[in-house]
Amino acid sequence: MSRMLMGTSQVAEPFWEGTKEKVLRLQFCKDCGKAHHYPRNFCPHCHGENLEWKDTSGEGTIYAITVCYKPGLPTMAASVPYTVALVDLAEGPRMMTNVVGCEDPTSAKVGDKVKVAWEDAGGEKNLPVFELA
Amino acid sequence: MAYDPSYIRGKVAIVGAIDAVSPTGVLGVSERDLEVQMIKGALDNAGLSVSDVDGLFGTGMMMPTMEMAEHLGITPRFTDSTMTGGSSFEVHVQHASMAIALGMCEVAVIYFASTPRAKGKGLGDMSSMMGMMDPKNPMPMIEWEIPYAPIMPAGAYALAASRHMALYGTTSEQLAQIAVSTREWASRNPNARYQDSITVEDVLNSPKVSSPLHRLDCCLVTDGAGAVVLTSAERAKDLKQKPVYVMGCGTAHDHSMMISEMPDIVTTPGVISGRDAFKMAGITNKDVDILETYDSFTITVALALEDLGFCEKGEAGAFVADGKLGPGGALPTNTNGGGLSYTHPGMYGMFLLVEAVRQVQGQASDRQVDDVNIAVAHGCGGVLSCTSTLVLGSEDAL
Repeated sequence: MSRMLMGTSQVAEPFWEGTKEKVLRLQFCKDCGKAHHYPRNFCPHCHGENLEWKDTSGEGTIYAITVCYKPGLPTMAASVPYTVALVDLAEGPRMMTNVVGCEDPTSAKVGDKVKVAWEDAGGEKNLPVFELA
Repeated sequence: MAYDPSYIRGKVAIVGAIDAVSPTGVLGVSERDLEVQMIKGALDNAGLSVSDVDGLFGTGMMMPTMEMAEHLGITPRFTDSTMTGGSSFEVHVQHASMAIALGMCEVAVIYFASTPRAKGKGLGDMSSMMGMMDPKNPMPMIEWEIPYAPIMPAGAYALAASRHMALYGTTSEQLAQIAVSTREWASRNPNARYQDSITVEDVLNSPKVSSPLHRLDCCLVTDGAGAVVLTSAERAKDLKQKPVYVMGCGTAHDHSMMISEMPDIVTTPGVISGRDAFKMAGITNKDVDILETYDSFTITVALALEDLGFCEKGEAGAFVADGKLGPGGALPTNTNGGGLSYTHPGMYGMFLLVEAVRQVQGQASDRQVDDVNIAVAHGCGGVLSCTSTLVLGSEDAL
């Protein structure tokens, strides 16, 4: 399935560059040590500006999950039913994503372990999605 | 300056209220004309006129209160276009109460009109926001949520419901009961969009939208409009209606339009706004005669019941299962039929206010609850993002 990005921000350039190599990167704060997502120019935990990008394990846990029975975007019409989930990454931050690769989308549950997977998002970029681990 | 609840409690009253809703869902009048009709109607209800207004409160894209004041030919000395989504109107009551209590204005009007049906615009297609964005600096939601194609806003609430169910064992049947009880109220309101009674099975058999939410777990999309007028308690005594006093108010928000940014998806900032409003009013949950609480989705009501302290966290499913939110129940809730069955023009907060006022005034006709002295109106805007809680009371409640 080819996916569409509707704009990527300058601050997130290292994130999207990483997706070209299928690496999930997060910003970490050198002052307080915590990771955050979405990317920004300061740490939302301690408000310091001493940040670095690091590759992550790509592992996480489903925090919440819903199955969409109609498309949230016209481009997803052929994919219905599909999941939308919030995943807690092993490094701490939470992100919205899709859990893909389940024959029955209702089989993915809150608390299930997941691992990052990738779908073509155009321009060599990939969209990080997740599969059951 | 030390906080003292008496700065606001009982100093200000809602003295006029009106709304416009059709059982067809369509009003057939432009938003601007509706806004003016509501402003004039609420002032007439109070026994005041447009020339009395010196505080103006509204929502919209660009300088909305300035546009409206220009249109009306008035010169407000207090203006507020705070936009917190569906809770905006409760926030406006809070701000108007502060302004009036401090003498910074004397007659405040809060107005709203929205005609999504007349304009043929659904709320579900987020790609309509594309025209607003700078591709180099998109809103975070455009970059980090929309590519995953959640059905918005239902998807955000569905995610909350999924976790509430996983953590606490809440069932679809229990959430459905909220829609059933709300419909029982709607059946007593001739202006409600849907008045036929429904069962839990009807809710569960309605089309799945974004699991675990079904079509009948979701609010309507209708046209609707309304306005309320506030003034000082002193001036309120000489007006046409029984004053409905602002006893307590509180507001809090912990994220904006991204549900992935909500710190705890099963706990809303209603914990803070409710606590502050109840503290200012000097009441506990037991004192509340009726609850008008935002029902964009059934889960929105469940979370509010917990966060306002009507039951413990995780227990809302069992709390509502006996129908206590419906007519004759222990906690009459959304007595006009709510956003689920009465009207929901994108933002519902105005209708919480109007119904709370009518119930305290004893003017709610076939759906009037006996002896209403204290009503709570609890708005929730964004995606469980900004709550604003008001405790409204009769003179006897002060």
